[in-house]
Amino acid sequence: MSTIKSLDDLKRAKEEALKKRELKATSGAAQVIVGMGTCGIAAGARDTMKAILETIEQDSITGVIVTQTGCIGLCEREPIVQVIIGEQPKVTYGKVTPEVARKIMKEHVKAGKIVSNNVINL
Amino acid sequence: MKYYRSHVLVCVDPECLKKGAHDVMDAFQDELVAQGLIDEVQVLETSRIGGCDHGPELMVYPEGVHYTNLTPDDMPFLVEEHFLKGRIAQKFVAEEKAFTDEELSAPTAKEIRVVLRNCGKIDPENIEDYIAEDGYQALGKVLTENTPEQVIETVLNSGLKGRGGAGFPTGKKWEFCRASKETPKYVICNADEGDPGAFMNRRVLEGDPHSVIEGMIIAAYAIGSNQGYVYCRAEYPIAVKTLRIAINQARSMGLLGKNILGSGFDFDLEVRMGAGAFVCGEETALMASIEGNRGEPRPRPPFPAVKGLFAKPSNINNVETYANIPQIILRGADWYASMGTEKSKGTKTFALAGDVKHTGLIEIPFGLTLREIVYDVGGGIKDDKKFKAVQTGGPMGGCLPEAYLDLPVDYEAITKAGSIMGSGGLVIMDEDTCMVDIARFFMDFTQDESCGKCTPCRVGTRRILEILERICAGKGKPDDIETLEYLCAQIREDSLCGLGQGSPNPVVTTLKHFRDEYEAHIFEKRCPAKVCKALIRYEIIDGICTGCTVCARNCPVGAISGERRQTHVIDPDICVRCGICKQVCNFNAIVIN
Repeated sequence: MSTIKSLDDLKRAKEEALKKRELKATSGAAQVIVGMGTCGIAAGARDTMKAILETIEQDSITGVIVTQTGCIGLCEREPIVQVIIGEQPKVTYGKVTPEVARKIMKEHVKAGKIVSNNVINL
Repeated sequence: MKYYRSHVLVCVDPECLKKGAHDVMDAFQDELVAQGLIDEVQVLETSRIGGCDHGPELMVYPEGVHYTNLTPDDMPFLVEEHFLKGRIAQKFVAEEKAFTDEELSAPTAKEIRVVLRNCGKIDPENIEDYIAEDGYQALGKVLTENTPEQVIETVLNSGLKGRGGAGFPTGKKWEFCRASKETPKYVICNADEGDPGAFMNRRVLEGDPHSVIEGMIIAAYAIGSNQGYVYCRAEYPIAVKTLRIAINQARSMGLLGKNILGSGFDFDLEVRMGAGAFVCGEETALMASIEGNRGEPRPRPPFPAVKGLFAKPSNINNVETYANIPQIILRGADWYASMGTEKSKGTKTFALAGDVKHTGLIEIPFGLTLREIVYDVGGGIKDDKKFKAVQTGGPMGGCLPEAYLDLPVDYEAITKAGSIMGSGGLVIMDEDTCMVDIARFFMDFTQDESCGKCTPCRVGTRRILEILERICAGKGKPDDIETLEYLCAQIREDSLCGLGQGSPNPVVTTLKHFRDEYEAHIFEKRCPAKVCKALIRYEIIDGICTGCTVCARNCPVGAISGERRQTHVIDPDICVRCGICKQVCNFNAIVIN
């Protein structure tokens, strides 16, 4: 991270950040985003996160970026995991227990098959 | 490679196969052959397309049309329509259930997300994510294009009111603080969110901390301050952690500290943690706590804008207020003022809790009615029970009954109805809620959290709680209601701070709207909602009870007796009203009277 000393720097920083995001999308990499607000953690998001990381290691899944985010407002459906593969639309899963998380990693992230039982459809 | 003009995916998941996916696929291919299209259309087997509830199903690319509930007999029509004539066969098209961002971030069309726009979307621990979403652009605009006076004018014109609960116009507050001559001045963010069931601020701090930081820097520029504090309760460890990470990142990028964006303006921020006293959400108590003193309020005036933290002019706003600022600067005061009602502009976050189907956080423009919030946004009452009341504004707020469901939610209307907006807690209660018990619950909370500095609050809340406990225990006296009303009026008049002044609200409003329930408790020794344990009896209905003995075996105190295959009996003197027997009974033979 470079320092931002002027408005131009700020604009450049924004462009760089957007470019990075685009790169993530076009490289076809999978992004797995775990809701780690207090509501998520209270519902077991830490175990879900652990299961995701373990599955990545055990199954040697590559090209996955695991990040976290805050609460999206659907606290009753936590833990929530969002999966974005390449430029496909984001898929949001609710009530993701460690077992479901392993299933999502194996079926959706690895094989491209959405685990429809846990998809949040509004 | 062979070129196909169309690719058709057929789901061959076990569920779809069971429903005859292969038959559909064979019929489809036969039909393609029959109509001479087999060389133009490629058929592929795939896994789940939409969800096998509506299988067998096909997905046609490049159009991206999703056909569901297919049978082999449908194929001639489908192939002719879609592949020969090029028309989409509407009658088989799935009702689209796309998992789009919009649907999730705005579960109902009634929501508008300003404060929460980034929550759940960006990584709160990565400043780049915030910058990519126009983060710190408002700060850049303010520092290079606006004078402090212009910033204040923009905020004034937007109509933004303090989101902490009192609803004082933010622009006015900034104006007063700017007018104070003394220096240094301080900017404080009140993140001591303590209302039971409210977590709007926590979510902003955890999900989008930079929006609060940016709002605070802009406020500091407007009033002429170089030092800020965020006062966050220690019960929000994750919020404190993300906030600290965010502050450090902003500092290392030069967005906090000396000479921000080369403008010559200096500002830095620190986090102070509260030790969990509810009263520290009151601004004067909060500042006392930052100073290292006991968290107790003091009389106002002087107001913080004149004499605040360390006896210097200070501006104190809520998390949500600050989080609104960058958007107001970027999109303009008029845009913000276009949302909401005549006197309450913009949006407000609410924490929906209690007996509503979809609990969680919402952000809506002012002016939506309570009915819309409960039934449209919240999905209605759980288990399709009847709505009874809604508690707005936390423990200092009031209970509003069904008659107020069509009340438009804004500062003026809620206050007129006898409640307060508060920071945005909404506790929805269904028909099974005892209003006396609810008043007792909130009173228990406030008397516990009373700091004890002034007598009306310290002693008064305790006396009210004692009376309510007595009423719930079936020992209410005929003059209790009058005594409650007298005490409430006294506490409201004579308390030092908002906590004391607001504490009688739940009692006052339940007395006003649900007086009959108080009377039933006191005079008939009856709890209409069947909640107060001393006033209810569990009974087994003769004729429905099969004498299976399940209840007797599960009763923790041995209050149930009876022979096998004979109707059982509960001894009310031994029974502790735990309700286990009712839960375990397989025949619904146990009722509450």
